[in-house]
Amino acid sequence: MKLYGKYFMIHLKSIMQYKTSFLLSCLGQFLVSFNLFLGIYFMFRRFSQVEGFTYSEVLLCCGITLLEFSLAEAFARGFDTFGSIISHGEFDRILVRPRNEIFQVLASRIELSRLGRVLQAVVMFVYGINASHVRWTFQKAAVVMLMLLGGAVVFSGFFVIYASICFFTIEGLEFMNIFTDGAREYGKYPVSIYGKKVLQLCTFVIPYALIQYYPLLYLLDRGKAYYALLPLAACLFMIPCLALWKIGVRHYVSSGS
Amino acid sequence: MKKYIAFFRLRFSMGLQYRAAALAGISTQFFWGAMEILMFRAFYRTNPDAFPMTLRATCAYVWLQQAFLALFVTWVLEHEIFDAILNGNIAYELCRPISIYNMWFSRNLAQRFSGALLRCVPILLVAAFLPAPYGLMAPAGLLNFFLFFLTLLLGVGVTVAFCMLVYMLCFFTISPMGLRIVTVSMVEFFSGGVIPLPFLPDGVREVVELLPFASMQNVPLRIYSGDLQGKDMLRPLLLQIFWLCLLVAVGKILDALAMKKITVQGG
Repeated sequence: MKLYGKYFMIHLKSIMQYKTSFLLSCLGQFLVSFNLFLGIYFMFRRFSQVEGFTYSEVLLCCGITLLEFSLAEAFARGFDTFGSIISHGEFDRILVRPRNEIFQVLASRIELSRLGRVLQAVVMFVYGINASHVRWTFQKAAVVMLMLLGGAVVFSGFFVIYASICFFTIEGLEFMNIFTDGAREYGKYPVSIYGKKVLQLCTFVIPYALIQYYPLLYLLDRGKAYYALLPLAACLFMIPCLALWKIGVRHYVSSGS
Repeated sequence: MKKYIAFFRLRFSMGLQYRAAALAGISTQFFWGAMEILMFRAFYRTNPDAFPMTLRATCAYVWLQQAFLALFVTWVLEHEIFDAILNGNIAYELCRPISIYNMWFSRNLAQRFSGALLRCVPILLVAAFLPAPYGLMAPAGLLNFFLFFLTLLLGVGVTVAFCMLVYMLCFFTISPMGLRIVTVSMVEFFSGGVIPLPFLPDGVREVVELLPFASMQNVPLRIYSGDLQGKDMLRPLLLQIFWLCLLVAVGKILDALAMKKITVQGG
């Protein structure tokens, strides 16, 4: 943990060398997610609700999903660029060091420029909270925390899968975007609006609904009590991801250079 | 003219080399298209009266958008060009007895067409066989079909001409990051990339439809499905021609200015 703190400081310092560029990319992240917001805003100017969810409730949902995603992205970004680590042969260096290789990849990139997206998510989240008339209790605040934790874990899990595939293919596969960027993009609406089949798929196969739809129902006083704990169940998703990673490491053949 | 056609052909066949990447892209685009349609379906089921297009036209819009994505997206601006400006390689290009503007324009066109050609056929085929409201409908009529192609070409022209402005401005600002990010997100929203323009509320929509961004993908995709019909097709078509001429003219002026005061970055 102390070592991670050190890595963090190094990344922070190196970014602060280029302040303008850092601010601009923050702004960029903010603007890109702003399109997401505009899309929702204008859809709700026309439709007052969608499948029983109102504007503010969708914003709440979108804010949480975006926060989950940007947290995962800020910290697990090393896995996202893993293709280049492998093809440059940098993974050999990682393997010879006397530290856990997952930890090292994790610490190899920390994307602070995702702050822009975090900021956007927080704004939507706060607005959603204010407007959606959720009666806040201690439990509900705890559930939001759980959602953020579970969400960050699930999205990180997908980054790990993405990286593990790189062991076999050397470069990243574009279709994995479906699970990360796609989930962020379409996680703006509660999963249930996409229909029953998508909801089932996102409950039992890939645990998106567990970190988004079900706990959201709990927050809005519409769900059963145990929905609140589902984000914890979603964390179990990390186990197969790490298993795949282990298989990948065993399979690893250096690309040389 | 001949040399620019040569550049076009060169870049075109280069683009066709990336077949595996295109295949991966196709699966992604199917997913995005399907999710987009499911989303619109949810709104449609909640309140069909507030829907500004027919569901069929919306689905056709989404599938065509996915199929011809490579023609209209602005985030695939050519990195080579930015790099050339930044690291000074631009000097080589300047030595050639050709116009930078025309060369980049033709290369850009070629890149977009080759990308789209690889991706569009499978997507269009599958989308055409999906069940009725969710698939890609047949074009609304012979005239619409013909105008679809014409406006598609014009739309790509406007898109490339707009991108050229961004490249040209790079000569003046050196750091292209900020400019790129702002323009890319702006174009995406105002061209109807996030939601089709008819979904915007009335006051806003009329203004947005006059902007050059609306002359990009918005026009052909709506003409195909008959969302724009009869006389309504004339005005967007004229607007497209107007913006194409204006953007190219401004681009050429910027080009001339940049060539006069250009500083080649060393390195």
